[in-house]
Amino acid sequence: MMRSAAWALFWLVALTVTARPETLVVSLSAHRVLIGSNYTGAQLAVFGSVERDGRSVARADPYDVVVTAQGPRQHLLVREKDRFGPLWLNNEQRRFGEAPSFLATSTTRLFREMGSEEDARRLNLGLRNKLIPAGAGLSFDTGEARFADALIRIKGAGKLYQEVERGVTFLTPSMFQAPIILPATAPTGNYDVTVEVYSGQVLLAKQQTSFEVVQIGFEQQVARLARSWSLAYGLATALMALGFGWLATVIFRRD
Amino acid sequence: MQIYLPIAEMPISVLLIIGMSAAVGFVSGMFGIGGGFLMTPLLIFLGVPPAVAVATVTAQVAASSMTGAVSNWQRRQLDIKLGLFLTAGGLVGTMLGVLAFNSIRRTGQLEVVIALSYLVLFMIIGSMMLLESLRALMRARTGKPGRLKRAGQHPAWLKLPLRVRFARSRLYASAIPILGFAALVGFIGAVLGIGGGFIMVPALLYLFRVPTMMVVGTSLFQILVTMTAATLFHAASNQSVDIVLAVLLIIGGVIGAQFGGRAGRHLRGESFRVLLAVLLLAVGFRIGSELIFRPEEPFSVSIQGARG
Repeated sequence: MMRSAAWALFWLVALTVTARPETLVVSLSAHRVLIGSNYTGAQLAVFGSVERDGRSVARADPYDVVVTAQGPRQHLLVREKDRFGPLWLNNEQRRFGEAPSFLATSTTRLFREMGSEEDARRLNLGLRNKLIPAGAGLSFDTGEARFADALIRIKGAGKLYQEVERGVTFLTPSMFQAPIILPATAPTGNYDVTVEVYSGQVLLAKQQTSFEVVQIGFEQQVARLARSWSLAYGLATALMALGFGWLATVIFRRD
Repeated sequence: MQIYLPIAEMPISVLLIIGMSAAVGFVSGMFGIGGGFLMTPLLIFLGVPPAVAVATVTAQVAASSMTGAVSNWQRRQLDIKLGLFLTAGGLVGTMLGVLAFNSIRRTGQLEVVIALSYLVLFMIIGSMMLLESLRALMRARTGKPGRLKRAGQHPAWLKLPLRVRFARSRLYASAIPILGFAALVGFIGAVLGIGGGFIMVPALLYLFRVPTMMVVGTSLFQILVTMTAATLFHAASNQSVDIVLAVLLIIGGVIGAQFGGRAGRHLRGESFRVLLAVLLLAVGFRIGSELIFRPEEPFSVSIQGARG
């Protein structure tokens, strides 16, 4: 009893010391996305609330909320074709060693309403700035930007990369909501969701949460067998192929 | 109707896949080729990851060549002995091909090598077959008798030592060119990721003068053995065989192969060769156009390693 009271006191002190004028509370509509045989993608919702300390003065600028969801990392290689004589062959390439397999970012307002391009770069806003870390800073390689844009374009065509300006909507002056739309091709694994609240390009609060995409039932069993019993799995597939092949000759034997 | 593929990690339309595999199976049964060079690009086009597409198609090719080989066997149109020789040579070539594949991949130009080889192979084999078979068709039209194959009439290079008698194929030839050619087909097949039936069939027809009706069954037998081994290999080493996709491909494939085999038996030898030549040329043009015309999207993205 004494112990828990002491802990409560400790946390209270810790909270007041680190307290900022704004506190951010975030909740996800689901923490597990289940993949069954009829899975065709999923939609989640991020809910959040910005609580303002009553003693502090009201902000002159509105709240800008940025919600970013990132899937498991992949090593991606982007190649560009160039003309060599009569043929179009792969020429230049760039590696994106830690690129997210899924990346969606939504904001309350348009990026250009939130600040200049430099601000966006400094605050890591938008898909391109998230793909090329701000550390690249001054030695900004235009080639890399070209490849990042191509990656965003190609991944974007499959809805694996999404940039939704005005995707975050305020339900009340302090409560907001943003959808996360997962296409069916988004891989299984852990997804991180980061919510940031800005006002006049100043980060006021940041919260992280996560969800996972998992296969269940038959799909899970198949994936597990293929990985841990790979030879038996291959044998079963091969026998099934030969069995079906033979069966067809029996069924179709008319002449 | 959509179904989720657990290894490819994506949903796919059931009817579309069955329809496509039935069409490819038809071509496979008709010409005695595996059809992997048609099915794999179609799956990749639908968004199936290339590794999964290549590995899973091997199971479909095993199934449709099984159904074709059994049908041909029942009609006594399969030379098991020749098939076993081709398989033995093919396995050696496949192993060398896998080594070559890995070293080409390290240079980073694998896709170009594959596309160029397809282009050159398809254009050469296709146009040679087309010319020859059109000439044969013309001869048949005008009523002039063509050269008939007689027993014991063989080109000189089949008369090397180690001669073996293949009674069914009316072939008495040295094992050296047969094993050597089978190894070459296995090598090309492993580098291009295909069974190589489209090289084997013309080779048996023209180089070894095996009768047309025996070619289909024997080629299918060899593909059957190679592709069953390939399915096991892909499942054990890459874990990229999708059994759900395989079932759909197999159902469509075996049904298509049955009808294809039936249609093929009603074809004359010359028309058979014209059609196969046109098919090869069409695929060759398709691949060639990708190399020659300005691509709509000059960039491409490939996943390198496992995700962490």
